[in-house]
Amino acid sequence: MKVKQLSLFVENRPGQLMIPCQILADAGISIQTLSLADTDQFGILRLIVKEWEAAKKVLEEAGCVVTVTDMVAVEVPDHPGGLAKVLKEMEHSGVNVEYMYAFTCKRGDRAILLFRFDNPDLALSKMAGHPLSAITCDCLNGCFD
Amino acid sequence: MLKEQWNDLGGQCHPATIPDFMPVEKLRAIQSQRLRAVVSHAYANVALFRTRLDDKGLKPEDIKTLADIRHLPFTTKEDLHANYPYGLFAVPMSEVVRLHASSGTTGRPKVVAYTDEDIAVWTEVMVRTFAACGLHRGDIVQNAYGYGLFTGGLGAHYGAEALGATVIPISGGNTDRQIMVLKDFHTTAICCTPSYFLHLAEKALAAGIDFRELPIRAGIFGAEPWSEAMRARIEEATGIKAYDIYGLSEIIGPGVGSECEAQNQLHIFEDHFYPEIVDPETGAVLPDGEEGELVFTTLSKRAIPMIRYRTRDVTRIETSPCPCGRTIRRIRRISRRSDDMVIIRGVNVYPSQIESALLSVEGTLPHYQIVLTRERDLDTIEVQVEITPELFSDTIGSVEKLRGDIGRALESTLNIRCAVRLVEPRSIPRSEGKARRVIDNRNI
Repeated sequence: MKVKQLSLFVENRPGQLMIPCQILADAGISIQTLSLADTDQFGILRLIVKEWEAAKKVLEEAGCVVTVTDMVAVEVPDHPGGLAKVLKEMEHSGVNVEYMYAFTCKRGDRAILLFRFDNPDLALSKMAGHPLSAITCDCLNGCFD
Repeated sequence: MLKEQWNDLGGQCHPATIPDFMPVEKLRAIQSQRLRAVVSHAYANVALFRTRLDDKGLKPEDIKTLADIRHLPFTTKEDLHANYPYGLFAVPMSEVVRLHASSGTTGRPKVVAYTDEDIAVWTEVMVRTFAACGLHRGDIVQNAYGYGLFTGGLGAHYGAEALGATVIPISGGNTDRQIMVLKDFHTTAICCTPSYFLHLAEKALAAGIDFRELPIRAGIFGAEPWSEAMRARIEEATGIKAYDIYGLSEIIGPGVGSECEAQNQLHIFEDHFYPEIVDPETGAVLPDGEEGELVFTTLSKRAIPMIRYRTRDVTRIETSPCPCGRTIRRIRRISRRSDDMVIIRGVNVYPSQIESALLSVEGTLPHYQIVLTRERDLDTIEVQVEITPELFSDTIGSVEKLRGDIGRALESTLNIRCAVRLVEPRSIPRSEGKARRVIDNRNI
């Protein structure tokens, strides 16, 4: 399942991370999950939000630099080996993981993995028909295409 | 008094220094005669100058005295760029024995040329520079100015040799080797930028080498602006005498002017380079003592005579006599430029060069700002670039690659290493009218 991710450029200094978060809060947009990558100079804030188009619009209107990336969301059981199993599936596909992050949804027994593959379509085709590709929980509703 | 001391240096007064002490009337007579000759030479051989004089309805014969110089048209950096590379040459290439070039505003360097006579004059004024700084035969001169298209290296080299000193042509860079040579070769004088020398001294001290315990006693420092406070720090930290010299390649290179042992403002070798101070806005000539833009006319240069060249350097001509006895006039240390150019580690950097480097990376020109700082006595330049949606990507690797690409483009355009900082959109202040591109935090 492809999910839209918003990436924002933030300078690496106190107070900068708050700015986009406040913008989304003021717009009433909830963040489903996020990841922050950092270097000594800057960071990239990656957000999965419901109503991503609305979120992109308010962020850009506020002067943020935003890019949209296709992520692949995979639901796995929240127990040891959940992630390893997915990676094993992808091992010989030639698809590379640029980065990834994960969150558990409210139901508690499932985890959602979010992959940034260098080739998301190829990754999805490798998973096609496999139980891995199905997402049953509704926590990502509104985050899709 | 200083003159006597200097003459007492074992009778090693170099004959080249005689013009420094000429009676003023004789100096003015020589300048006047040379001015007429250079105007005739330029009029006969440089199309640009001839056209400009014709447009003003002037003939070379109309320039009779030094006072008439104010009627002559100015020459600017833009003229050099527009006539790149050889358009201002006044002699055929068969008479040119050397070419040098300096960094320019749009990647095009300013090309300068020398006949053998010009090289002889250059050597002479560099001898006078070193002599004024108290150097003489027997000195061991470590020449850490860059050798190459930059005029600093070869200019200082020929002058020091002609003085009779021993030259170590080490050129710029390689700090560890500089320190080793300075210590092991018993260097008594060094030529480099003042900030680089302080850097050397600190590195050496960290390695347990104290310059105050070595034979080095003089530094011939130029190619970047510096201050009295910095001189005090250098002299305190290293026990040497730190001398300021002045030059620009369009006029000859180093050797246009130099401090003497009084270390009180820079004598201009004005029998070859006639100085004027003009109002940078109107071009009107200002009297000695008033601050304005420094303008030079090369009185003896053959290959590229420069008539009233606008240096963009702001200073004033000193009116009081110098205790050293030199009759050639002095200018106050250069405090600032009248345009946007900055000098960093001896390299001229123009905002427009940075723009062309940024354009070459992404095809669009983002907002940017240049921040100059002095860290551990070494100038650093940081170019801050506002990130744009076109430049931005979600992976650290690609954003870091962008930063690296910008850094490499800047380095290859400017010939110095620049730090690049990506900043958020609209974080660089916009100003009304002309953007303030350069933030100079060097406090010099």
